[in-house]
Amino acid sequence: MAKHFQTLRHDVWLPYKFAVGPTFHRFYEGLKEEKILANQCPKCGRILVPARTFCPTCYVDMGDWREVAQEGEVVSWSLAHDEFFGMPVDPPFIGALIRLDGTDCNFLHLIGGLDLSNQDTVRGKIRQGARVKAVWSDEKTGHLLDIKYFQPV
Amino acid sequence: MGRAVGIIGTGQTRHGSRFDVTYPDLVREAVQAVFEDAGITPDDIDGVVSGTMPSMMEGVALTHFYFADAMRSVGKPILKTETCGSTGVSLALTGYYWVASGMADMVLVVGSEKMHEGDSQATMTTVAEPFYQRFFISGAPGVFSMQSQMWMARYGIPEDKLRDAAAKVSVDHHRDALDNPYAHIKKAVTMDEVKNAKVITYPCRLWDICPNSDGACAVIFACEQKARKICQRPAWIKGIGYRGDEYWFGDSDKVVWQGAIEAAKEAYGMAGITNPRKELDVAEVYNPFTFQELLYYENFGFCDFAQACDYTLKGTFARGGELPCDPSGGTLCTNPIGATGLIRVAEAAMQVTGKAGDHQIEGAGLALAHAMGGVDQFNGIMILGSQL
Amino acid sequence: MVTFDKKGNPIIEAEVRIPYELAVGPTWYRFFEGLKQEKIFATRCPKCNRVLVPARSFCPRCFVDMEQWVEVSQEGEIVAWVLTDYEYFGIPIRPPFIGSLIHLEGTDCTFNHLIGGFDLSDLDTVRKKVKNGMRVKAVWEKEKKGHILDIKYFEPL
Repeated sequence: MAKHFQTLRHDVWLPYKFAVGPTFHRFYEGLKEEKILANQCPKCGRILVPARTFCPTCYVDMGDWREVAQEGEVVSWSLAHDEFFGMPVDPPFIGALIRLDGTDCNFLHLIGGLDLSNQDTVRGKIRQGARVKAVWSDEKTGHLLDIKYFQPV
Repeated sequence: MGRAVGIIGTGQTRHGSRFDVTYPDLVREAVQAVFEDAGITPDDIDGVVSGTMPSMMEGVALTHFYFADAMRSVGKPILKTETCGSTGVSLALTGYYWVASGMADMVLVVGSEKMHEGDSQATMTTVAEPFYQRFFISGAPGVFSMQSQMWMARYGIPEDKLRDAAAKVSVDHHRDALDNPYAHIKKAVTMDEVKNAKVITYPCRLWDICPNSDGACAVIFACEQKARKICQRPAWIKGIGYRGDEYWFGDSDKVVWQGAIEAAKEAYGMAGITNPRKELDVAEVYNPFTFQELLYYENFGFCDFAQACDYTLKGTFARGGELPCDPSGGTLCTNPIGATGLIRVAEAAMQVTGKAGDHQIEGAGLALAHAMGGVDQFNGIMILGSQL
Repeated sequence: MVTFDKKGNPIIEAEVRIPYELAVGPTWYRFFEGLKQEKIFATRCPKCNRVLVPARSFCPRCFVDMEQWVEVSQEGEIVAWVLTDYEYFGIPIRPPFIGSLIHLEGTDCTFNHLIGGFDLSDLDTVRKKVKNGMRVKAVWEKEKKGHILDIKYFEPL
């Protein structure tokens, strides 16, 4: 017979209030206008998205802001089936690293706009190097999910 | 014992309510400041030590990962240490051990907290388990109030005298903070205001208790050879001590507090100090609560047990007294928990190297830094001197 | 979604809600079953002979198993107390309340619990009434859940 051990169920519920800072704020405002904003390091010249406060390589404040392309290549992707705390949308969904044209780092977002119920169909449609393009939500709140997902072109 | 180690630079943020920046940017403010103070670049650093309160505080689970770019720790060995309120001194000890061992020549140590982003009391009550102790520790104020209460009863200290001594501590430190450009609370208070303020956990009232602060502190530890080459006046580590207590709050005495006494003894032994009140020039004691600060004077041997109130009321431990304590205003005026203990170390280093600006204690050559963690669970001490 | 604080700083308000399921273990289990029967259990260390409450699985100083269970007195002396008048996560009951360290007769440590059974609204009255060294006795809830608060509070004798 299986042994039953007593357990104590206990939820920890904590409220947080995060400072957004001027960089993320400006980036979010860009999303509301259907723009993806990046900025450029004045030292190494790399263009990073989302825009950053400082260049992680050079440690200097980032320079000029610019709008970048909303299209790019899939670098890597993963199909998620199970629910977890902090998930962006209900599963199944595809998390992906995308290299937007003209940028120097990979951008994390979702790939969607296709039937995700069958793993094998998905594998056929999505591969490294596939081109994808941003599809926007109708309602914008200044959130990364104002971009609904990136759809295969 | 290990080789000699010195502090060659310190950096602090403007502590307070920092909703103007995200957490990594706040950390970068302190890190940029320490590199500027030390006059070296991140490439010279061999390893990084980072620490904060448990991840529940800001809701981001892996802070040393979150700050990797801000601390320039990418591509370097990194250690995280966390001992609640004494984190800052544990960070300093970790940096010291690393360099003293010979396994690194220069180590960057960073402590930080962004308390306004989370629920600090909730984080602190989760320090204890939910079977028993979590219900009764009443957040941090409850535990320290009980400790002060026990002390008063043990030695028959008249309540009025204790209240006056604690109020003087509050008045003195709030005034001291006005001379500290980094301090959070900059508001002078009077004895009457302190004694009649709102009760939080009796006997502690509003002005007996530290604020919730956002802030970061960074310190660079270097081996003797590099320190003498790079820095005109290093602050040398003369003594260290650390002790942890039992988990169960009711199991040991927190008045004649062996953990605090032994940590101090270990540090004094290493530094060759036999009469702390006479030999130390300044002490940055961890003081989130005025009453508890008085008890530390006794446990660290600055005076005998039951005498802290008398010495305090005479002015012995104020600026201008025999042993100025917390001329920076201390934890009472600035408390970003993960950074606080390290700020005590940084302030002690600033004092013995003549860099404390408007709150400099003239001619300071030997300084004590201390921090306490948990619900009266950890005590750590570092003694710094201008001479090796 | 970004909102703004009083100073105009952009902020994001979010909550983290994490469910936990802790193993109770045989020691806490037996202690809580004892509370259901209005008994307070301690364990005695075979090496140092100390009696520790709540019951422990091992002696923190000798590091040996503590297998001898002892029912202890429900009366004792107040060693420390604090009147708490603010709210926080994990609070045992609505404030104001008195948290306390109590030395139960026959034990070798102090026990965390509440002091109650009288009006706590006026600080001066409380200060005159509650003193270190004062004797108190456990008062039980009618309905028990196998929880530390099955003891409602300790009442001054």
